[in-house]
Amino acid sequence: MKDHNQINNPPVREFINGAEAIARAAVDSGCNFFSGYPITPATQILIHMAAELPKGGGIAIQAEDEISAIGYCIGAAMAGARVMTATSGPGISLYSENIGLAIMGEVPLVIIDCQRMGPATGGATTVAQGDIQFIRWGTSGGYPIIALSPTSVADSYSLTCHAFDLAERFRVPVFIVTDKETVTTRVTVNCELISEYDARSKKTIPEVDEFIPYHFDDLADIPLMSPMGGAHIVRFTTSSHDERGYLSKDPSIVGRMNQHLSEKIVKYIEQITLVDEDLQAGADTLFISYGITSQSVKEAVRGARENGHKVSALTIISLWPVPEEQILNAMEGVKRVVVPELNLGQYCLEIERLARDELEVVGVHRVDGELISPKEILQGGTIR
Amino acid sequence: MRDKHIGQYFNPDTLPFHFCPGCGHGVILNHLNSALEELQFDPRNVVIVSDIGCSGLADKYFTTNALHGLHGRSVTYATGLKLANPELNVIVLMGDGGCGIGGNHLISAARRNIGVTVLVFNNLNFGMTGGQFSVTTPEGAVTSTTINGNLEHPMDICDTVSVNGASFVARSTTFNESLTKLMVEAIINQGFSLIDIWELCTAYYVPNNKFSKQKLEDTLSSLNFPLGVLRRRERSEFSLAIRHQASDQKSQVQFKVKPLGSVYKSTVSEKLSFIIAGDAGMRIGTAASAFSRGAILSGLWATQRNDVPVTVRAGYSISEVVLSPEEVLFTGISSPDFMIVLFPAGLEKVKPKISALSDKDHVLINIELLPVETRAKIIPLDFRISGMKREYWSFLAIAELLNYQEFYPLSALKAAINMGTPFAERVIQAIEDTEKIVVD
Repeated sequence: MKDHNQINNPPVREFINGAEAIARAAVDSGCNFFSGYPITPATQILIHMAAELPKGGGIAIQAEDEISAIGYCIGAAMAGARVMTATSGPGISLYSENIGLAIMGEVPLVIIDCQRMGPATGGATTVAQGDIQFIRWGTSGGYPIIALSPTSVADSYSLTCHAFDLAERFRVPVFIVTDKETVTTRVTVNCELISEYDARSKKTIPEVDEFIPYHFDDLADIPLMSPMGGAHIVRFTTSSHDERGYLSKDPSIVGRMNQHLSEKIVKYIEQITLVDEDLQAGADTLFISYGITSQSVKEAVRGARENGHKVSALTIISLWPVPEEQILNAMEGVKRVVVPELNLGQYCLEIERLARDELEVVGVHRVDGELISPKEILQGGTIR
Repeated sequence: MRDKHIGQYFNPDTLPFHFCPGCGHGVILNHLNSALEELQFDPRNVVIVSDIGCSGLADKYFTTNALHGLHGRSVTYATGLKLANPELNVIVLMGDGGCGIGGNHLISAARRNIGVTVLVFNNLNFGMTGGQFSVTTPEGAVTSTTINGNLEHPMDICDTVSVNGASFVARSTTFNESLTKLMVEAIINQGFSLIDIWELCTAYYVPNNKFSKQKLEDTLSSLNFPLGVLRRRERSEFSLAIRHQASDQKSQVQFKVKPLGSVYKSTVSEKLSFIIAGDAGMRIGTAASAFSRGAILSGLWATQRNDVPVTVRAGYSISEVVLSPEEVLFTGISSPDFMIVLFPAGLEKVKPKISALSDKDHVLINIELLPVETRAKIIPLDFRISGMKREYWSFLAIAELLNYQEFYPLSALKAAINMGTPFAERVIQAIEDTEKIVVD
C-alpha cells in the first residue's frame, strides 16, 4: 500500500556512529587481525570487530591488558596479517613502549585513539582532544608517526581505510585520532560515503636468494616486508640494529638507521598531507581546527559568511607530520588565527611556531566535557 | 628450495656464545639446537621470540626467524604470531625477570593454551643489569638490591602456569643431560608448554651467595620444587580453537547495513533540538533512535547522542536528538527547542536546562513530575490514561509530539520502529491503542 506521504527516488542514508564506521572501514580494508582491551569509548569497536571479523576468516581477540593488545598486533603483523587496535588515552599510555617497538621494527599498525577527557581515568564518557601532542611524543626517542584526525563519521570510514595504506607503505604506526563524540554519537550519513572500499593487496618482497630485512639505499627508502613463516628468514629486533636485524652499537650504522626512521616520513610529507582548505580572499581571520571541533568551525564559518564577514578555515586532517606548507599558505594575509581545541592549547603550539611575529594566534579551549559551539568560535575571532 | 634451510639451526657466523664463563645460557641453547636438529623443522617456519636480559642475546645464534621484543612481552608477540599463523613453531626465550614483569601474559597464555613453547632461563636474578633480585630469587638471598637478604617468597612459575591451564609443564636444571628430550616434548605439544630451567649466574648470584650446583639442587628441594614433567593435559589449542569456533560463522554477511531512504515528507525547515530525559531501562535511547530514523526516512538529517551514568541500568538516561533539513555539523545542544521529561532521575539531571528555557520552547512532561519552574510552554502528559507499561512511555510521548507538531508523519515513526526496534509490533500496537494523553 502506498503512503500518500511518500516521495519518489529518495537519497539513501544510514544512521551510524564513528565506531561502526571505523570497524566497517577495517573490514573493507582487508584487516584480518584485531586485538583490544575494553575501554570506554573504544569498546564499541572491539565489540564490532569481535562480532564481524570471524565471519570473514579474520581473528579478533580481547587481550588481557593494553600492553598485550598491541603486542598481539605486532606479532600478527610480523606474520603478515593486516592489523588494527583501538583504545582511549589511558590505553595509549600502556601502548607507549610498544609504539616505540613498532617504530623501531617498522611494523605496519593502525591504532585508533578514541580520545576522552583526562588526565588519568578522567571522564570515560566525556569528549576531549587531549592526546594530540601525546600521540606524537608518546614513546621514547621522539621518532615520527603518522596521525589522521577524522572530523565526522564519514571521514572515520575513509581515513581508516587510508590509514591501512599508509601503515603498509611507510611501515609505521598510523593513528586515527578521534574522540568520544565522533565515535559514539549517531549521525546521518549518505551511504556512498561509507560503502565498500577497494582494499589493496599487501606488498611483500618476492622470493630472493638473500633477504636483508632492513636494507635500504636512500635513507628514505622503505624496505619491503616478508612475513615470518613465508619465503625468507626474517629477523626483527627492538634494539638498535644493522640492516640484517642484528644488534649494533656502531655509530655509523645506528645513526643511519635512526635517521631513516625519520627521513622515510619527512621526505614524503606531501604524499601524507591531507587538509581541507576553505580560504576566502580578503579574510582577516583564519580558523585552524581538526577533528570534532572542525564541525563547529564549519557551522561558524557558514554563519559568519551569511552575516557578510570574510573568514577562512583550514581543517587539518593529517595532524602528524605537521602540514607546514599548507598552514603557512593559509596564514598569508590574515591578521588573526583562531585555534579551537578541546584541550588547553596543544596543536596551537605548532601554529604559534609557524606564525610570523605580528600574527595574533588565539586559542579557544574547553576542558569541561562540552563541545566548543560555533558561537564560542566566532567570539574567539571577535566576530559577532 | 626449502630443503637447503633444513638441518642447520646454529648460525656459524655468530658463534661462539658471548656469555660469562660458567653461565648456563649456552647449555640451554646447545640443547635447543639439538632439539631442533631432532625435529628437523624448516627454520622459516620457526620463530625464536626473545625477551630482554642476557637470554635476549640468544636469538642471533640461530638460523630461524627471530623477534626480539620488549621486556616481559615476548609471550604477547609469540601469541600474535601463532594466532595469525598456526603453522608457525614459536619458541620463547625469557628470563626470570621477564616472568615477573610479564606475569599476566604467562597466565593468560596458559589459560588460552596457545601453542607456543616458553623456555625460562631462570638464574634467580637480573644478570644483565647488575644482579638485582627477581621474582624467583629465594628468600634470604643477597642481591644488589637485597644486600641484607631477600624478604620476598620466590614465585613458582611451573605451578602458576599449571593451575591456569598450561598443557605441558616441566622443571629442569642445566645439569640435566636429557634437557634436549624435554624440549622436544615441549615443542611438539600442541598447546602451551613451559620449561622452567634453573641455572647459575656466575657473574652475580654465584659470588653473592656462594652458590653452586649443589646449593641450587638444595634450594629446589627446600622449596619443594620438583623436577621433571609436572603437568600434561589434553586441551584444545587456542589458535585452532578460535578458528574452529569461527568456522560456522564464515560466509555470513559482515555488517548488516540498514539503509534509510527518505520516502516521507517533513515540515521541518530549520535545525531543531530535542532532549528526551528519563530513567535507565526505560528504552529512552531506543525510542530516540526510532525518532531519529523516522526523521531520516522523512528526508531530514538527524544526530543522536546518549548520556547515561557509569552504571547503565540505574540512574538517568538522556538522549539528545538534533533534526535539520541540512547536514548537522555541530551535534551539541546548548538549549533545546523541545524537551520530553518522563521519569524522576531524568528530571533531576535536566532541571537546570528546563529552567533556562525560553517561552518559545516546549516541555512535554509526565504529569506526575509537575510542577517544574520554567518559562517554556508546559504540555502535561498523563500516561495513566494509556494503561501502558512504563517501557512504552517514551514512544507514546514521541508519537504525541508528532501529533502536536507534525515534524513528520506518524507512519514514518512506525516504519522506523519496524526497522529493528526490539518488540516493534508491541510498540506500534501501544501507539495505536493509546488515545490522547495530553492533558489540556
